[in-house]
Amino acid sequence: MNDKKVDWGAYGYLFPVVGIILCFHVLPIFYSLAISFYEWDLMSDPQWVGLDNFRRLADDPMFYKSLWNTFYYAMVSVPLSIFAALGVAMLLNNTISGIGIYRTIYFLPVITSINAVAIVWNFIYHPDYGLLNKLLALADIGPRLWLQDPFWAMPCIILMSVWKGLGYNVVIFLAGLQNIPKYLYEAATIDGASRSQQFRSITWPLLSPTTFFVFVMSAIGSFQVFSQIYMMTPRGGPMKSTMVIVFYLYQKAFVKFEFGYALAIAFVLFLMIFGVTLFNKLYLEKKVHYS
Amino acid sequence: MPAGLLPDMKNSYHLVVHFLLIVGAVFMLFPFLWMITTSFKGEDEILKTGKEIVLLPDAWRPGFLNSAEDDERIRQTEIQRKAWEEQAALPPASRTKRLSKPFSTFDNFREVWDKQDFYRYFLNTLYVSITITITSLFLASLAAYAFSFFKFPFKDAIFMLLLGTMMLPQQALLIPDYILLSKLNWVNTYAALIVPWVASIFSVFFLRQFFLQLPKDLFEAATIDGCSRFQFYYKILLPLSKPPMVTLGIFTFLGSWNSFVWPLIVTNDKELRVIQVGLSYFNSESGTQWGPLMAASTLTILPLVILYFFAQKQFVESQATTGMKE
Repeated sequence: MNDKKVDWGAYGYLFPVVGIILCFHVLPIFYSLAISFYEWDLMSDPQWVGLDNFRRLADDPMFYKSLWNTFYYAMVSVPLSIFAALGVAMLLNNTISGIGIYRTIYFLPVITSINAVAIVWNFIYHPDYGLLNKLLALADIGPRLWLQDPFWAMPCIILMSVWKGLGYNVVIFLAGLQNIPKYLYEAATIDGASRSQQFRSITWPLLSPTTFFVFVMSAIGSFQVFSQIYMMTPRGGPMKSTMVIVFYLYQKAFVKFEFGYALAIAFVLFLMIFGVTLFNKLYLEKKVHYS
Repeated sequence: MPAGLLPDMKNSYHLVVHFLLIVGAVFMLFPFLWMITTSFKGEDEILKTGKEIVLLPDAWRPGFLNSAEDDERIRQTEIQRKAWEEQAALPPASRTKRLSKPFSTFDNFREVWDKQDFYRYFLNTLYVSITITITSLFLASLAAYAFSFFKFPFKDAIFMLLLGTMMLPQQALLIPDYILLSKLNWVNTYAALIVPWVASIFSVFFLRQFFLQLPKDLFEAATIDGCSRFQFYYKILLPLSKPPMVTLGIFTFLGSWNSFVWPLIVTNDKELRVIQVGLSYFNSESGTQWGPLMAASTLTILPLVILYFFAQKQFVESQATTGMKE
């Protein structure tokens, strides 16, 4: 633009978006930081309690349980989803017919609502009428209680979540795979490298930025897991085995109306996600230099 | 390796690839198939004790696939149906028995749509999602227009501020946002469902990215020709941005249709329930009414699945590009 004139009208164009973002996403953050020093049920007047909410949190066994459950969910679901998606993407990366159909099918769960599919999986996991126990009976394996079993409840939710999110990671990995130059594989084949050697020295290293991206996005998503927990184990699971951090936060805030305490939990969640994001930034900087 | 063997090697390799992909595809699709077929089954059909896995409802299954138990149940249902029809044919005063109506194919859907008020949830969701989609596209395109074509003080600062808020986790914002809404007395209003979501920073970035690729001369030429700022926006810019708008539109609509946690906390009035919230209440209230539950789930995902089959490419794109924020 040649003219140095300032377009004051620009603020008018920006106002609706910036205004709503400030109101609903920026100012409440500062406000809530303050609220975490109070005890408040939204009805009566807030009571100043200083750092008590955080002290209580530090001594709350259920909070530690929810932290552990969240890490358990993340540590199993993230690698599982990454390797399954990478596997499917590598299969799809062959020059075979029907790729479009496969992609459509694998992507279908991604667009459907988590609540609807959680109900379907509830039915599949049902101890008496569920498909899973019936299938296992074919292999002479006795029935399990699945979602009502403290050991199995979390793995069941993880399996369902991996199924739901797989297609998304497949699409990302497929894009990453297609960015790897074909001539590298041709050269490797001429040199007599086996498929597994090609994977180790070409695919895996060149795909690492994609893998890392998927890892970070999945980790952030898994720290915030809520809907499937709420739909499949409405009370936080048998022996609270599926009580994750956001579920605990939800219960404290919207069932027990302890808003100050819930905000202290939200603060920890925020730090966890911020940690992953920071790690991502630092690591990605290195990656840029590397490649 | 003799050259003649190569095509065969390749073929058998491809067979293995197809085999693995098909096994995976069955795993991906089967829950949906199970959901749909169950939604057409009656309760005694779903809750039968046998060990065998029966996919199709009685009414759809060819007879030779039936077990003795199935035949018996179908015969009983038929007897029940005849008895009910005989009673129903009599005038109300002379009916001797009160018989329950036997199951017919669409009963589960009728149950959730009418009796469980899913038509109401469906319309609420449609209203909220469409309003959010259109408004957020409009507002985001205005902001993106300003960011890509105008010169003004603090442009970069405002841009960085918006970028920063995108990193805030949604779930950590729930409580502060809820407190704000309760102070505004917006809890249990459509506004609470809509207003916080009509400003999408992601859409602003996405459109800005697109606008910046357009030739700058376009703007200057139009301005010299006497085109006002707003005329340029709606006469030239909007018609040019159809492809990114479609992608964003699908993304926004999908997000609103499937959004659950926010509507769950800001509404408890039954009249205002959106479909995901309705589904969650129905899930916790209905016990083992699996037929109606599957019908409700089918109804919930149906609009998106239909749209998906018409615009697969845009759906995949809209989801895949959202991850690529940077």
